[in-house]
Amino acid sequence: MAHIGPSGFSPYPVAVYEGVLTPPPGKALMFNEIVDEEIAMREAAKAMLTRQNPTIFPGPQVLYAWNEEAKEKAKLVRKMAEVLGAKIIPMYDYRPKYPKINPAIEINPNHPNLTIWHNKIKACIFVGVHCHYANVALKIIRAETDCFTIAMCSMAGHEDAMITLRDQHVEEMEKFIKIAEEVKKELGK
Amino acid sequence: MQATETILYNRAGQRVVSPDYLLFEAPRTKHFMTGSEAVKEAVKRASVDASVSYPITPQSEAAHLIGELWVEGYVGVYFRGESEFGVMSEIAGCAMAGARCITTTSGPGTLRAMENFPMWAGTRIPVQLVLMARGINSPLSIQPDNLEVSFLLDTGCMIWYAETAQDLFDMILAGFVVAEQPDVHVPLITVVDGFFVSHTREAVMLPPDDIALPPYNPYRAPMPVIDAEVPPGRFLRDPFVMKSNYISYATHASWQWEVRAAIERSRPYAKHYLRGLVEHFGDPEADLVFVACGTASAQAKEAVRLLEDEGIPARVVKLKTIRPFPIEELREAVKGAKYIFVPEFNVVGWLEREVRRYLYGHSNAEIIGAPRVAGGMTMPAEVIVKEVLKLTGKEVKHVI
Repeated sequence: MAHIGPSGFSPYPVAVYEGVLTPPPGKALMFNEIVDEEIAMREAAKAMLTRQNPTIFPGPQVLYAWNEEAKEKAKLVRKMAEVLGAKIIPMYDYRPKYPKINPAIEINPNHPNLTIWHNKIKACIFVGVHCHYANVALKIIRAETDCFTIAMCSMAGHEDAMITLRDQHVEEMEKFIKIAEEVKKELGK
Repeated sequence: MQATETILYNRAGQRVVSPDYLLFEAPRTKHFMTGSEAVKEAVKRASVDASVSYPITPQSEAAHLIGELWVEGYVGVYFRGESEFGVMSEIAGCAMAGARCITTTSGPGTLRAMENFPMWAGTRIPVQLVLMARGINSPLSIQPDNLEVSFLLDTGCMIWYAETAQDLFDMILAGFVVAEQPDVHVPLITVVDGFFVSHTREAVMLPPDDIALPPYNPYRAPMPVIDAEVPPGRFLRDPFVMKSNYISYATHASWQWEVRAAIERSRPYAKHYLRGLVEHFGDPEADLVFVACGTASAQAKEAVRLLEDEGIPARVVKLKTIRPFPIEELREAVKGAKYIFVPEFNVVGWLEREVRRYLYGHSNAEIIGAPRVAGGMTMPAEVIVKEVLKLTGKEVKHVI
């Protein structure tokens, strides 16, 4: 993620226009810096453990049992929420919803700020959200809220999130949970 | 115990190899063919799932040859659309369903299909369109010209520009690989100058035809593929104009930025698979630079040779990509330049506009949008030389 603020005529910031691209394989992105994955994981855990109303936003790729990995990841999302003391609010559908969403229990990529405002969420993790919708939502969240965004992506990552972890599969999620447990202990929580 | 190796084959029985092997490492043999035939040879090695065609000069032969590949079992689905609009809509449907798709068009057909190109980009489908440029009429012209490219610059599609049949072959294969990266995943328009490349024969180095790109994996797409059998695929990609009262303007704004961000993300991949976004030719110290793409760069290279005879050192910066525009590469390449000529095959000078835009505040060189020919005129190297000699006040020896 680069600087907050308008991008051209749009109020929505776009990190790539400030030269920030997704991290290379094996690395992570923290704001506009490429760092080791473990460093980013520690900072992500710290943000979730220290900011108000931390929330995980799982998307369809981990909400539905469409393959074995998805089932494993879903269990890990629940475990992650327990360790981080985070709520889970699903992004189960990308379509605009008629007449409106219930921001207490769901988040929609077309206006993700509503859910974040309603629940006063100050840190969140996107996991299992298809990349396009994660990117659309992350730009809006960055412009409209003060929420600390973490993208846990099974593909190349999301430069508009404040922390991006790429190629996150079962093994990497287990690693994150382990690191989160350590950070939690260090924080005396 | 001996290690075993899994060998994968595509539907045509070709051995699946890595893109790097196919593009850079596989042994190549020399063939003599037209640009249209080079399209066929690239598609043959690209594990293409679907292609839709419609006749319009000069791309008809390439479309026809892809049809032959369908007969031979190399392409999964092939049919003729009702019009260019039909073709570009139907190919979008194929891509949304998870197919690797390629189609071709030219000139006015491009404009007839125009509404579809931003739709392709907005739905993040990695369709590849080979545009054999012919220009836009009226009066009706079936001649080389690349005016239609100016209409495509801001559709949200990547645009690459091939100079030769060899470029075209390599770009088609590299294009699928780059366009299908999960963080890119936008359409690619691979442009080549019609007639000059589509209809003329030249030497093309080809890898064997029993190897091919890995098949497209639609489950790595940044949007759910339409697949009624697999749960995340049960989402239709609602065009949200249907529910536009219920979404925020923020979505439209963010979505459009995201499409353009995706093009920017293609830079490192394109740099790798195209071996750089620009190509240099001529005297690296020369302060006279031609910035060009397509066959205009081929003519500029000839002009550099002629200028050498006149004792005027010159060089060419050939742009391989127009979207993303090679901004940093161009700025670096023209450092120290005094004169920048932009030779073009169109009446509006869209490339000159692009060059001026990105060099504004970054170069003190005089930018000259010449020579510019249109409507099917050729651009002999001597015409380019003449422009240079006029500027330098030298006697013009070459008479056109």
